[in-house]
Amino acid sequence: MTKYIVRRLLQMIPVIIGSTFLIFAMVFALPGNPLAGKCGERPCPPAFVEKFRADHNLDDPLPIRYVKYLGDLAHGNFGTTFQGLNVLDELQKRYLITVKLAVIALLFEAIIGVLAGVLAGIRKGKFIDNLVLVSTLVVISIPTFVIGSLAQTIFGVKLGWFPVTTPSKPGWYDLLLPGLVLGSLSLAYAARLTRTNLAENLRADYVRTAVAKGLSRPRVIGVHTLRNSLIPVVTFLGADFGGLLGGAIITERIFNIRGVGGYIFQSINSRDGTAVVGAVTMLVIVYLFMNLLVDILYGVLDPRISHD
Amino acid sequence: MTDQTGIIVAEGAVAQEADNVGQAQSLTQEAWRELRRNPLFIISLILIAIFLVMAVFPGLFTNTDPAKATLKLSATPPSADQWFGRDLQGYDVYARTIYGARASIVVGVMATLCTSLLGVIIGTLAAFYGGILDTLVMRLTDVFFAIPFLLGGILFMSTFPNTVNSGYWSVVSKVVLALSILGWPSIARLMRGAVLQVKPNDYVQAARALGASPWRIVRSHILPNAMAPVMVVSMINLGAFIAAEASLSFLGIGLVSPAISWGVAISDSLSLIRTAPWILIFPSIFLSLAVLAFIMLGDAVRDAFDPKGR
Amino acid sequence: MATATAPTAHTSEYQPQDGLLLEVEDLHVEFHTRYGVAKAINGVNFSVRQGECLAILGESGSGKSVTAQAIMGILDMPPAKIPQGSVKYCGHDLLTMPEDRRRKTRGPEISMIFQDALSSLNPTFPVGWQIAEMFREHRGMNKSDAYAQAVRLMERVSIPAAKQRVKAYPHQFSGGMRQRIMIAMAISLDPAVLIADEPTTALDVTVQAQIMSLLQELQQERHMGLILITHDLGVVADVADRIAVMYAGRIVEQADVRDIYAKPAHPYTKGLLDSIPRLDLKGQELSAIGGLPPNLMHIPPGCAFNPRCTMAQDICRRDRPELVEVGPHRKAACHFSEEVLNA
Repeated sequence: MTKYIVRRLLQMIPVIIGSTFLIFAMVFALPGNPLAGKCGERPCPPAFVEKFRADHNLDDPLPIRYVKYLGDLAHGNFGTTFQGLNVLDELQKRYLITVKLAVIALLFEAIIGVLAGVLAGIRKGKFIDNLVLVSTLVVISIPTFVIGSLAQTIFGVKLGWFPVTTPSKPGWYDLLLPGLVLGSLSLAYAARLTRTNLAENLRADYVRTAVAKGLSRPRVIGVHTLRNSLIPVVTFLGADFGGLLGGAIITERIFNIRGVGGYIFQSINSRDGTAVVGAVTMLVIVYLFMNLLVDILYGVLDPRISHD
Repeated sequence: MTDQTGIIVAEGAVAQEADNVGQAQSLTQEAWRELRRNPLFIISLILIAIFLVMAVFPGLFTNTDPAKATLKLSATPPSADQWFGRDLQGYDVYARTIYGARASIVVGVMATLCTSLLGVIIGTLAAFYGGILDTLVMRLTDVFFAIPFLLGGILFMSTFPNTVNSGYWSVVSKVVLALSILGWPSIARLMRGAVLQVKPNDYVQAARALGASPWRIVRSHILPNAMAPVMVVSMINLGAFIAAEASLSFLGIGLVSPAISWGVAISDSLSLIRTAPWILIFPSIFLSLAVLAFIMLGDAVRDAFDPKGR
Repeated sequence: MATATAPTAHTSEYQPQDGLLLEVEDLHVEFHTRYGVAKAINGVNFSVRQGECLAILGESGSGKSVTAQAIMGILDMPPAKIPQGSVKYCGHDLLTMPEDRRRKTRGPEISMIFQDALSSLNPTFPVGWQIAEMFREHRGMNKSDAYAQAVRLMERVSIPAAKQRVKAYPHQFSGGMRQRIMIAMAISLDPAVLIADEPTTALDVTVQAQIMSLLQELQQERHMGLILITHDLGVVADVADRIAVMYAGRIVEQADVRDIYAKPAHPYTKGLLDSIPRLDLKGQELSAIGGLPPNLMHIPPGCAFNPRCTMAQDICRRDRPELVEVGPHRKAACHFSEEVLNA
C-alpha cells in the first residue's frame, strides 16, 4: 500500500510539471502589456519599466522563467502579482470560499443524487424511475448559467429566500443556493450512474443468492446490492470534487462570489500570469490528490482491487 | 513445424472470426431493431434533422432578416407578427434563434469530429504499439485531465482573443480548436481501452500470424470492433460541446456579437430575465433541445448495443 | 467433534408427513417477453422424501433450473409467471404463502447451491461474514457466535485453515473451495431440502468428484432431501436415488437410477445414455441426439421431442403423450415406451 502511494505520488510530478508548463506557456503568450495603464496616462519611466521587468523575470526566455517559477514554487513561494500582492495569501482566502461552495455541491449530489438514483433503480420502469430520468435529462440539457440565473431570479429576487448577491466573506447559508446550482449537473449524472449500477447489480447472481438465503428485501437491496452499486458512484463523486472547484467559475460569476474561478478570470484579464498559474497549479494538485484518494478508497470498498 | 502451427492457428481463427462476424451482425441487427422501436431514438433523430436543416438553410424557416434591428420595437413581447417577440435592440427573436442554430451546430459538429479523429488516432496508436509511446500518451492525457475544462477554454480564448475585426469563421474555428484541444484526451483514453480489449482476440492474433500488415490489422480487424464506445460518447459529447460554447459566450470569450448564436443571445438576455423573459426563453429552449437530442441519441444507441440492459 | 456437526433437530412448524418433504404438482412457468410468451415449464409433478436424492436431468432450456428457482421462489416475476400449479412443503403450499412467511423458509427449510460460486457469492464481503449472516438474520445470533458457527461449517466442508480464512474474500479461494463455501452456507441452518443447481459444472473433473461426494456425505448425515439439477448423466449415477428427465418443460421419464441406466423407457433418455462414452463399448462410435432443443415459444404439437426422435410416428406429431406408469416405480411419457423398454 505504501509502495503504491509512493509510486502514485511520483507519477504526479510529471503531470504537475506538464500542466503548469502548459498553463505557464499560454499565460506567457497572452497578448497585451502588463504595464499598460500602470503609470496613468503617460508611459512609465524607463527605470521603473526595467525594475518591473526584472522583478517579474519578464525578459527571460520562457523555459528559464518557468524553471525560476518552479524553483520558487518548490519552496512554497507562489510569487507576487503585478500589483505586488502575495499570491498565496489571496489564494488562501479565495480557496476557502470555493471549497465551501464545492462541499455544499458535493453533499447535495451525494445525498439527493444517490437517493434519486436508488429510488429509480429499484423501481426501474415505474413512474419514479421515469420522473428521475426525465428531470435529470432536463438538468443536463440546460446550461449551468441559465439554471443559475433562473434560480437567482426565482429564489433570490422573487421569493427572497436566499441572498441575491454574496458578501465578500460568505457564510454557509450565503453559499447554499450557489452550491445547489453548482452541484446540479453532477447531481444528474450521479443519479443516473447510481440508477444504472443498481439496476444492473439487482440482476447479479449474488443478489439472487441473497434472496435464496431468505434475507428481507431491504437487506437484499440495502446491504448486498447497494454496496457494490455505490462503488463507482463514490469514485465519481470524489473525482468530481476537483471538477467542481474548476467549474465554479460560472456560478461564482452569477452570484458574485469572490472565489478561485473569479480570481483566475480576473487575473487573466489583467494579464497577471503569476496569479493565474498559482491558482491553476493549486487546482491541479487538488485534482490529483482527490484522484489518488478515490483510487485508495476504491481498494478499500472493493476487496478485489489490490494496491500491492 | 512453425508452418503447421501457423495453419492450425489460422484455421481455428478463421472459424472464430466467422463466428464473431456472425455474432456482430446479429447484434447489430438486433440493436437496429431495438432502436427503431425506441421512441426516444426517433424523436432525437427528428430533432437533429430539423436542427441540421436549420443550420444549413435558415431561410427555410423565416423570411425576417435577423440582422435588421428596429429599435422602436425594442423588447416587444411575443405576438402574431413576431412569434418570439423582439430583443433590446429590436431584433426579431425568432429569426435570431433560427439563425443562431448554425453557430451552435457547427461548433458542436466540428469539435466532435476533431476530438474523435484526434482521440481515435492517438488512442489506437498508443494501444497498438504500447511501450514508451503508450506511457507518453497516458501521461499527456493526465496533464490535460488535470486542467479544468472551462479554465483551459478561457485561457485559450484569452491567449488568442477576438477583435472587432475577427470574422465569423475565425471566431468559430477558435472555439472549435479550444474545445478540441481540451476534449481529445478523454476520447483517446476510451479508444485506447477499447483497442486493448480487442487486441488479444483470436481473430487479431490470427491476422498477425498470417502476416497481415499493421495498417491492415488496425483497419479491418481492430477499428471496426473498437469504435462503438467512441461513437456513443462522441454523440453525447456533441451536446456537451454545444453547451460549452454557450458557457464560453456567457463568460464573454466565445462567440460575441455581432455573431448570431444561442449562447450569445442567452448571455445577452440574462440581465433582462425579469422584464423581458421571452428574449431568454426561446434561445434557451432551442439550445436545450439540441443538447438533449444528441444526449438521447447517444443513450439510445448505447442501450441498444448493450445486451446487459435488456 | 461428531456431535458438533450432527444435525440439530430444531423445532419447526413444518413437519414432514411420512417422510414426504416436497410435492410439486402440475407446475407451470412462463416468461412474458416482448417477443412473446416462452413456456418454460408445462406441468411438472414430482416429490422428494427425507434422505432421498432426486436428480433432474436435461439439456439447457429443458426447464430444470427454472423448476429449481420456482421451488426456491427466486424467479424474477415479471417476466416470469406461474399461472398454475403448487409447490407443497410439508403440506404447505409455498406459492400461495405470504411472501414474508415464505422468505423465512429459505435457509432453514429449503436451501440452494448455485452453479458459479464466484458470481454467486458477494464479492465485497468476507466468506465468513456471508455464512454468519444466515445465523444472524435467521437466528438472531450475535456476531462472534455467528462467526464461530461459520468457522465450524467451513471446517465441516473441509476448508483448510478455516479459522484463518474466515475473513478472506471469495476471489481469494479456488473454484472448488468457493463451491464448498457455497455448500457450507446452504447447509448452515440444517435445511430439510437442499437444491443443487449444476453444482459441479464450473469445476475441474477431479474437483467435481470431491464436491459430489461431499454433497452425498452431507445429505446422508443430515437426512436431507436433495434435488440435484444437472445435464451430466455421469455425475448423478453414484449419488441419485431417482432420476427425472426433463424435456421442453416436462418430465418425460422418471425412474429409479438403476432402472433408468439399465433400460430407458423414453427415446430421449436412451439418446442421452448413448451419448456418454463407456469403457465397455470402447471403439464404437458415440451417437448424439440430432437436431436442437425446441424453441420454448413454439413448442411443437404432440410430443415435443418428435422432430428429433428416430421412432416418431403420426401419433407423436398429433397427440401429446402423458406421463404414465410403465413399470414399478417408473413413469414415462412416450407413445412407444413399451417398445423402447424392450428394445
